[in-house]
Amino acid sequence: MHISVNVDGVTYADEVEPRLLLVHYLRERLSKTGTVVGCDTGNCGACTVHLDGHSVKSCQMLAVQANGHDVTTVEGLARDGKLHPVQEAFHSNHALQCGFCTPGMIMQAIDLLADEPDPDDETVRKGLEGNLCRCTGYQNIVRAVQDAAQRMKPGAGPDQERHSDEHITAKQPVGGE
Amino acid sequence: MIPADFRYLFPSSVDEAVRMLAEEGEDAKIIAGGQSLVPVLRMRLAAPTALIDIGGLTELTGVRDDGDSLLIGAMTTHYEVQRDHLVQDHALLLRLVTDTIADPQIRHRGTFGGSLCHADPAGDLLAPALALDAVMIIAGPGGRREVPAAEFFVDYFTTALAPDEILIDVRVPKYTGWRAHYEKLNRVAQAWSIVAVAATVQVRDGVISAARVGLTNVGSGPVRAVDVEAALVGQPTSAISEAARLASSGDGYKDNLARVLTGRALTAAVG
Repeated sequence: MHISVNVDGVTYADEVEPRLLLVHYLRERLSKTGTVVGCDTGNCGACTVHLDGHSVKSCQMLAVQANGHDVTTVEGLARDGKLHPVQEAFHSNHALQCGFCTPGMIMQAIDLLADEPDPDDETVRKGLEGNLCRCTGYQNIVRAVQDAAQRMKPGAGPDQERHSDEHITAKQPVGGE
Repeated sequence: MIPADFRYLFPSSVDEAVRMLAEEGEDAKIIAGGQSLVPVLRMRLAAPTALIDIGGLTELTGVRDDGDSLLIGAMTTHYEVQRDHLVQDHALLLRLVTDTIADPQIRHRGTFGGSLCHADPAGDLLAPALALDAVMIIAGPGGRREVPAAEFFVDYFTTALAPDEILIDVRVPKYTGWRAHYEKLNRVAQAWSIVAVAATVQVRDGVISAARVGLTNVGSGPVRAVDVEAALVGQPTSAISEAARLASSGDGYKDNLARVLTGRALTAAVG
C-alpha cells in the first residue's frame, strides 16, 4: 500500500505492507534508528514518537495508520546542531545510564511539558507512567524533566540556558591538582 | 512478532465501512485506534483477513450535547474524553475512569468505542458504561439500531455486535452535578485492574438521592452492584460502609475486593 508520511520535517512516499509497524518503518526503511524497540509489547515506551504533536507508541501502530500524518522522532528535535532543552536537561542531570529508554523518555517528557509546563514530582511520574527505565530508579529522570520545564519557561532564552549550564559545569571536578 | 498478512481498507464513510464488512466476510475486522488490536495481531492471537480502518471517519469523533444526554463518538480518543468539558460537567465518572486507562501514549490513540467493542472484562470503560445506562448506537446493513449497555456486553471479549456491524456513537444520559470516583486496584502503573469500582452519587442536603455502582473485572463482563445502589438511596452518607458490603456475597478474593473497593469508591465520591 502507498503511504505518504512526514517524518522529522521530510515527506516520504513509500510502498509498504499493511502489516508493517510504524517503528519498523522508521528504523528499517528510513534508517531512523534513534527510535528503539524495547519490550515489543506496548509496555515500555522506548519506541515513543509524536504523531501530529501527541506521543504514541510506534510499536503499537501500523505504518499505514500514519499515512498523511506528521511524525516526530527523537532525531528531529535538535535545531541547527543544538539539542532540544529536554535533551540538554537529560544530559545535564545524568538522567540515563544505559540510555535505551532515553529516546522514549524524552519524547514523552516533551509531550508532558506541553500539557503541564511546570509539573511537580507526582505529575512527572504520572506523565511518564508509560515509560520504563531499568537503570536509574527514575530520580534523575524526574529531575531532568523539571529542569527542562525551567529551561523552557517563557523568557528562558539562550542566556538563561547558558547560565544553568555554567551552574552544572561548576559542580564538575575540573582540572588536575 | 510481526502480524500475519492482511488486506487494509480505508472507508470514507460509515456506510462504506459497513459495506466493506459485509463484502469481506466475518474474518474482517474494524480497526479504530488499534491499541488493543495491534498487540493482538502481533501476538497472533487473531489473524483477520482484512482490517477496515475507520480512523479517517471524522464524523465519529467528538462529544455532542443532545439534550438529556451526551453523544460520544466511537472514535473519540481517551485523551479527548479526558479534556472534554461536556464530559466533565455531565459525566464526571467517565472522565475519572478515563484518566486511569493505560498511559498517556495509549490514551492518545485508544478510543472510547474501541475499548467498549474489545470488551475486555478488565477494561475500565465497561463498568461505567453499564452503571451510567449508556446506549450503544450501532450501524449495520439494515440501518441503525440501539443496544443498552446491559445487553451489549455478552461475555469475555464478546459483544452484541454482529460481524457486519459497527459501533458509531454512545449515548450517555447526563449526570449533571453528580459526584464520582473510580477506585482501581492494580499492582503497577499501567497494569490492568485486578478489580475496580466505578461509583457516582447524587447527594442532596447530606442525603444520597441516587447512586450508580459498576464493578470491573469480577466476571465475564461488567457487573452492576444494584443491591448497593438500592441500599444507598435516601440514606445519609454514613450508610456507605454498610451498603458496600452488598457489592458481592461470595467469599473469594475478588468478592472481598469488590466490597472493600466499593466502600472506598463511594466514600471518596461523596467526600
